[in-house]
Amino acid sequence: MTNPTLSWNLVHDVQELLAYRFMVNALQAGTVVAVMAGAVGWYMVLRRQSFAGHTIAVMSFPGAAGAALAGVPSALGYYLACGVAALAIGRRRGADRGGRSRDSATIGVVQVAGLALGFLFLSLYDGVLEQLETLLFGTFLGIDRAQVITLLAVAVVVLGALAFVGRPLLLASLDPEVARARAVPVGTLDLGFMLLLGVTVAATSQITGALLVFALLVAPPAAAQAITSRPGLGLALSVGFALLITWLGLGVSYFSIYPLGFFVTTFGFSVFLLAKLAGFARARPGVV
Amino acid sequence: MSAVEAIQLRKASASMGGHEVWRDVDLTVRPGEFMAVLGSNGSGKSTLLKAILGLVQTPPGSVQVLGMAAGEANRQIGYLPQRHGFDSSLPIRGVDLVRLGLDGSRWGLPLGLSGASRRHARERVREAIELVGASAYAERGLGQLSGGEQQRILIAQALVRRPRILMLDEPLDSLDLPNQAAITALLRSICRTEKVAVLLVAHDVNPLLPYLDQVIYLAGARALQGAVEDVITGANLSDLYGVEIEVLRTRDGRLVVVGQPEAPHVHGHRHE
Repeated sequence: MTNPTLSWNLVHDVQELLAYRFMVNALQAGTVVAVMAGAVGWYMVLRRQSFAGHTIAVMSFPGAAGAALAGVPSALGYYLACGVAALAIGRRRGADRGGRSRDSATIGVVQVAGLALGFLFLSLYDGVLEQLETLLFGTFLGIDRAQVITLLAVAVVVLGALAFVGRPLLLASLDPEVARARAVPVGTLDLGFMLLLGVTVAATSQITGALLVFALLVAPPAAAQAITSRPGLGLALSVGFALLITWLGLGVSYFSIYPLGFFVTTFGFSVFLLAKLAGFARARPGVV
Repeated sequence: MSAVEAIQLRKASASMGGHEVWRDVDLTVRPGEFMAVLGSNGSGKSTLLKAILGLVQTPPGSVQVLGMAAGEANRQIGYLPQRHGFDSSLPIRGVDLVRLGLDGSRWGLPLGLSGASRRHARERVREAIELVGASAYAERGLGQLSGGEQQRILIAQALVRRPRILMLDEPLDSLDLPNQAAITALLRSICRTEKVAVLLVAHDVNPLLPYLDQVIYLAGARALQGAVEDVITGANLSDLYGVEIEVLRTRDGRLVVVGQPEAPHVHGHRHE
C-alpha cells in the first residue's frame, strides 16, 4: 500500500478511501456495529450496567485468543465468551437484587483472570504476541465480506429484538415493581437484555478490540443523555454519535500512522466532553 | 355502581421467605374510599399491597379485587411502589414516565397506531398530568425534579389508565410537611372526583387524619379495620402488640401512642 496522503479536497480523500476493498469493508462493518452499540448502549447506560458491559468486553479477549489457539474462527470465540459472561452476570443479578456493590469485587477478580487467561492463550498460540494489540485495541484491516455479512445479520436480530422489547424494557428499567404489577416479565427481560448486550459487545470488540469497546458503547449514549432527556431523541442521538465517531475514526486513521483505537477513543471522549459542556451550559443559561 | 367491593380479603394469609406475615385477615375497601394502611416495620403493609396485586401468594379465593381473583384486575389498579428518588442524570422526562403508565407494557414498536389514537394517548397523558398539577415541570428531566414533584408525576403515571383502585406505598415518606399535606389533599380529591378507592401505606397517621375514611392497622400478624377513633385505641393496640399501650389525643386532634414496643409509627411528634 502506498502511503496515503491527505489533501485539502475532502471529496477526493473520501474517494481515495473508498477505492480500497478493505476500507469499504471496514466502513460497512463499523457502521453496522455503531448502530448496534449506540442503541444497546443507550439502554445499558440508562440501566447503569456499564460495569457489567465492561466485564463482558474484557472476557471477549480470552474468548478470541482461545478461539485462535483452538483453531476455530475468532468470531465464534467472541460470541461464545461474551454470551457466557452475559448469562453468568445476568443470572447473578437475578438471584440477588441490589447486591451490586458486593458483586463488583468478584467481577473485578474475574476480569483480571480473564485478561491473564487471554494472554496465556496467545502465548501458547504462537509465542509471538502480534495479535495481542489487535485483540485488545482493534483494527480495521482484514475485515472480509463474510464478517460484514455476519455482523449485519447479528445486528438485524439484536435491533429487532430491542425494538420488540423496547417499551417494556424501559418500564422495567425505571420501575421494576410497577412493571411486575403490569405482568411484564422483568426477570426474563433482565436476562434477555444482558444477552443482547453480550452479543453487541462481541460484535463491537471485533472492530474496536476488547479494551476500547466502550468508546462506542458508553461515550455516545452518555453524550446523548447529557444533552436530552427525551428517550426517542436520545436513542437517535446516541446512534448518530456512534456513527460519527466510527466514520471519523476510520477515516482519520487511514490517513495517519497512528492506530484506529486511539482515534475512535479520542473522538468518543471529545463527543462526550462537548455534550457535557453543552448540557451544562443549557442547564445554567447564565453561566455561559 | 354495582355492589362489588373494590378489595375484599376473607381469611387471607401471606408468607414471605417461608415466614408468615399475617393470617386470617378480613378487610373490605369500597369503591371511592380513602384508606390508610398503618403498622410498624415488618408488619406486612407492603405485602398487603403485593397480595392484592397477586404478586404474593394467598390462599385461592381469599383475596378478591373488583370481584376478580388477585392479579386478574391489575389493569384497574394504579400502583406506586416504595422508592427512593430518581438518579439525577436519568434521561427521562415526566411526560415519558406518565406515557409508560399508559402503554409501557406493550411489546413492539408503536408503528401501527393511527394519528387519532396517538393524539388520544397524548391527550390522556396531558390530562393526568394536569389532574395532579404537574403541567409546569412535566417536560423536565425526572432527576431534576424535587421529591414532591416526582411524587406527583408518579401519581399521574398510576392514574393515567383511569384505574378504579390506587395503591401507594409510603408516598409521603421523603416529603416535607407542606408537601405531605398537599399530596394527601390531592389524593383525597382524586379519590372523590374520580371515584377511585385509595389505599395508602403510611408511617404516621396524623397528617392523614382530616382526610381518612378508615384505617387498616397491621400488627402481630393480624389486621384491624375501621374508623381511626375505633381502631387506634389503647385497648386495641395493647391487644395487638401484647403489651400495655396508651393512646392520647392532643387538643388539635393528633394521636400520640405511648408504650408501643420498638419505634412507634403512630405518634404525635414528626420524624425526620
